Amino acid sequence: MQWDSRAKIIFKQDWDDYHLFRIETPKIAAEARPGQFLMVRVSDTPYPLLRRPISIHSREKNSLEIFFQVAGQGTALLSRKKEGETLDIIGPLGKEFIPDWEHLGIAYLIGGGRGIAPLYFLGKELKKLGAEVHVLYGGKTLADLPVKEKFKKAGLGMTCSTDDGSFGFHGFVTDLLENEIRKTTPQILFICGPDAMMNKAAELAAAHKIPARISLESMMGCGFGACWGCVKRIKKSDNGKWRKICEDGPVFWAEEIIWEEAE
Amino acid sequence: MMVDLSVDLGFLKLRNPVLAASGTFGYGLEFAPFMDFDKIGGIVVKGLYFGPREGNPPPRLVETTGGLINAIGLQGVGVEKFSEEVLPKLRELDTAVVVNICGASDEEYVKVIEYLDRQEGIDAYELNISCPNVEKNGFCPALDPDTTRALVKQAKAAGRRPIIAKLSPNVTNIVEIARAAEDGGADGISLINTLLAMAVDVETRRPKLANIFGGLSGPAIKPIALRMTYQVATAVKIPVIGMGGIMTAADAIEFLIVGAKAVQVGTANFIDPASTMRIAGEMKDFCERKGIKKITELIGTIKI
Repeated sequence: MQWDSRAKIIFKQDWDDYHLFRIETPKIAAEARPGQFLMVRVSDTPYPLLRRPISIHSREKNSLEIFFQVAGQGTALLSRKKEGETLDIIGPLGKEFIPDWEHLGIAYLIGGGRGIAPLYFLGKELKKLGAEVHVLYGGKTLADLPVKEKFKKAGLGMTCSTDDGSFGFHGFVTDLLENEIRKTTPQILFICGPDAMMNKAAELAAAHKIPARISLESMMGCGFGACWGCVKRIKKSDNGKWRKICEDGPVFWAEEIIWEEAE
Repeated sequence: MMVDLSVDLGFLKLRNPVLAASGTFGYGLEFAPFMDFDKIGGIVVKGLYFGPREGNPPPRLVETTGGLINAIGLQGVGVEKFSEEVLPKLRELDTAVVVNICGASDEEYVKVIEYLDRQEGIDAYELNISCPNVEKNGFCPALDPDTTRALVKQAKAAGRRPIIAKLSPNVTNIVEIARAAEDGGADGISLINTLLAMAVDVETRRPKLANIFGGLSGPAIKPIALRMTYQVATAVKIPVIGMGGIMTAADAIEFLIVGAKAVQVGTANFIDPASTMRIAGEMKDFCERKGIKKITELIGTIKI
């Protein structure tokens, strides 16, 4: 974990609600693993007060990319930062996506909306490890799929879905997953998106006995384990006590998560 | 210019007046990557019950204008795990270590103190009688002077170390409670704990916290904290440690001017994990600029 209070934004790309920053931050980039996140300061004034947890989208040598959606006042402020300005970031934080397996085989990466963010870094790393990577990217409408071309350029096979049928498969990304599971047998799933989508994907994984890694989103006070604000009930560990998403997660095995209480 | 930042609480000498506040600083070690412990006065570690404690269901945090409402519910590891796994590491830090003590009953407070009294490396106990998140409707012992007096007395008798009573702002007359703590034998008073608060989601019309209520902290509460610190510091003889929304040295110095002998920095640690160290450094700069040789020259100098 490193603290870089002057990480320079060297590239920025904007879509309506979505934004991508490339940030020069050599020390954090050197340590970063797929699935980990940054705590980003969004304001120098007392409101919004807290840093925002934002997942690492990509790593390029000395820089990292973040890809995020405006979800409130904090991310709205962040989205207005310009190329050449600096960010105050802490990271990389949390546990990574990739399990310590000898052989990963066929891996399906399922991203809903902004949940696609960590899957680009993950897909590239999995490919390096020799996995066969398939990405399923779902959104409400075409405008929610801004980074789809980027995956293709990186040689990551991708199928898209939209709820309204404006692009790709017409339906939920979890329907797409269900179709894929009928055709092939993934060895592992990596899932990130809205809770309802992740819950459904986890059910499919359980029904087909496919191990699944799930990345949870949460508001956080600190991001490094001190405030105990971002907890979720996790099975099997510590007798079902509340566990911190920032430190014990954000990535968990699907069967560890108790969804009923996650609403 | 050499500036002497040290303060003497009578029962505890501090390198400088800046302590990290309980509940915002974990068990201390979480902040090791960000700061030097030998640059601050001390740390107050997260509240400890005798056993491990579950805490409240999420959502536990909500951000509000200039503040943060939390309803963590004192989730924690308990005294045994703390003493075995954390305390040996805290002993190696060159800073004062204060342990925040919780209890679901008078007996539990006593049990926690008796257990910790057998451990080395603790400078004082801060008696947490003011957490608004563990009982219904924010109830806590510090809402009543008689309960406060009796509990402080028992805590004082239970152990060998100084007792700092941490008071709640959710009372009609803070001075009455502070005097009760002094009467009960407290060596010092720290205030304020968080203000009982709530926030509502207008879309769902549901409270934003699962616990409904939580405790408000951050810059939004500083004026209230300062007023209460002033009232208490002028009413009791024991040293007062002020806190509530301190983000900068100027904030901290306001508390000293109204009579606090030391301060605690809380919510700021989340945003700037080196806040305590930075604020102590900025205090020195302030003194240099003003030609103040000893920080104690500022304490209780409010001109009214």
